[in-house]
Amino acid sequence: MSAAEPRRRPKVHEILGRSDYAIIGEIIDPGSMVLDLGCGEAELLAWLVENKDIRARGVEIDAAKVRVAIARGVSVYQGDLEQSLEGYPDQAFDYVILSQTLQESLRPLKVLREMLRVGKRAIVAFPNFGHWRVRWSHLVSGRAPQTALFPHNWYDSPNVHFLTVDDFESLAGKESWTVEKRIFLRGPHQVGVLPNLLAEVAVYQIRR
Amino acid sequence: MTTETKIVRFDSLKLDCGVTLAPVDVAYESYGELNQDRSNAILIEHAFSGDAHAAGIGPDGKPGWWDNMIGPGKGFDTDKYFVICSNVLSGCRGTTGPSSINPATGCPYGSSFPAVTIGDMVRLQNKLINHLGIKRLLSVSGGSMGGMQALEWAVAYPDQVASAIPIASTARHSAMQIAFHEVGRQAIMADPDWNTGNYYGSRMPARGLSVARMVGHITYMSDDSMREKFGRRQREKNGGPGFDSVDFEVESYLRYRGSQFVDRFDANSYLYITKAMDYYDLSAGYPSLAASIERATCRFLVLSFTSDWLYPSYQSLEIVNALRGRNRDVAYCELTSNYGHDAFLVEVGEQAEMVGGFLARTLKEVARR
Repeated sequence: MSAAEPRRRPKVHEILGRSDYAIIGEIIDPGSMVLDLGCGEAELLAWLVENKDIRARGVEIDAAKVRVAIARGVSVYQGDLEQSLEGYPDQAFDYVILSQTLQESLRPLKVLREMLRVGKRAIVAFPNFGHWRVRWSHLVSGRAPQTALFPHNWYDSPNVHFLTVDDFESLAGKESWTVEKRIFLRGPHQVGVLPNLLAEVAVYQIRR
Repeated sequence: MTTETKIVRFDSLKLDCGVTLAPVDVAYESYGELNQDRSNAILIEHAFSGDAHAAGIGPDGKPGWWDNMIGPGKGFDTDKYFVICSNVLSGCRGTTGPSSINPATGCPYGSSFPAVTIGDMVRLQNKLINHLGIKRLLSVSGGSMGGMQALEWAVAYPDQVASAIPIASTARHSAMQIAFHEVGRQAIMADPDWNTGNYYGSRMPARGLSVARMVGHITYMSDDSMREKFGRRQREKNGGPGFDSVDFEVESYLRYRGSQFVDRFDANSYLYITKAMDYYDLSAGYPSLAASIERATCRFLVLSFTSDWLYPSYQSLEIVNALRGRNRDVAYCELTSNYGHDAFLVEVGEQAEMVGGFLARTLKEVARR
């Protein structure tokens, strides 16, 4: 990512308040067909429609969020993302986005494979459990790690799979996915070195 | 907003059964203004017992059946859109039906009225839309049978529809839905006053029609809403179990709704329209629902309600999944409500928000092309 490129970033960041959204907002090509899994109230999709003229589809399980998304004019389907993927034809989308949800899904590999079946490209953003604060918390407390990024107690955490940047890289290699983009974030800043130790959030763009 | 029902007469209409009906009247109302490029027209489809009076206050002082959804600033915002609603073919509220005079005999059609389909109803509406000079509808929307017509519009006239909003509806009736309709029909036909459909000018089969409506009303509510509304409450003057008295509040309600219905609805229309609904199958003649619905190219907003056991959410999902499977533009939400099938007429707040946003986006996309 060059310094000149993220012209839109301040704006998208301002609107969405999420750095992974800001990055995704930047890397998606204008005019493309985008499916956002676990899209919430479709803030990102609505932004992409306005600013990048995309054709937007979303999947969200929470009816209250779906209502807001549809009232925004975004075509969101109320359903479980793992099951709903089966309903889309092969290569229907230019991008399939999964933002901050991979660690919550019961069968993440199945989800990733399905994303690459229905989409030409998958964009996956996930919190990095290899971050040094997580490691430190675990090491000194001897208990399930709790940090600002992972504030939950083990018993009420939505996260069921704990992966790191290196874990994802290794899976991508094993599955022979092409990693087209990898962006590492600490707050709103990009991390250049030692991402497995320093990145709080990783954003990958992959294809088969 | 006061409204009046207008009537347009067409020379003829060829029906799916092969019969040509001539002439054919269509009763309709409209609200709001058609814009310069005629791109803001929305057709509202009424449910089984509805009519053209969808919004505003009629000459009799009664509000339209979807007045809470249609009007200035409402879900179907008449400050922005030109909204049309017409009475269905074989109805009894101004559009030609079994109670209309057959010009060949000078008498009401009665049982000689030809069988009609949802497709016929939509074909007649298409004539009306063309007559009004509208090339492409911004949206077609309705609940229950209205949703079936919206679906039919989307596949029968894909170039004339920019979006469809079927609510609490289905692509085809289940055995249970057909079964309830059959009970209603049998109630009417068991009434000696029905007289094989030739009762015009003498006594209406009021008892049969009223029982049919009572059954209908049960299916439109939910266990929860009935418990909330009536519970086991008894009438004040209840002198104990009897068959000539009204014992429970729920009985009183059903009888009231039944007798009210008789004043505004025709028993033969009941028979013809329920048959049209029961026979409707969007997938007929196609290997699958997906293969059939693929003809539709418009945007879809599909809504269902958690407590609707007459048109359960799985039927809406069937439509939605067929559309997703063909990569069509579809939004779907299951709304939480206790009101059963009636919810689409009652739960207006959330519906209006979603419909408003969906329509605004559709108008934007239409304007861009």
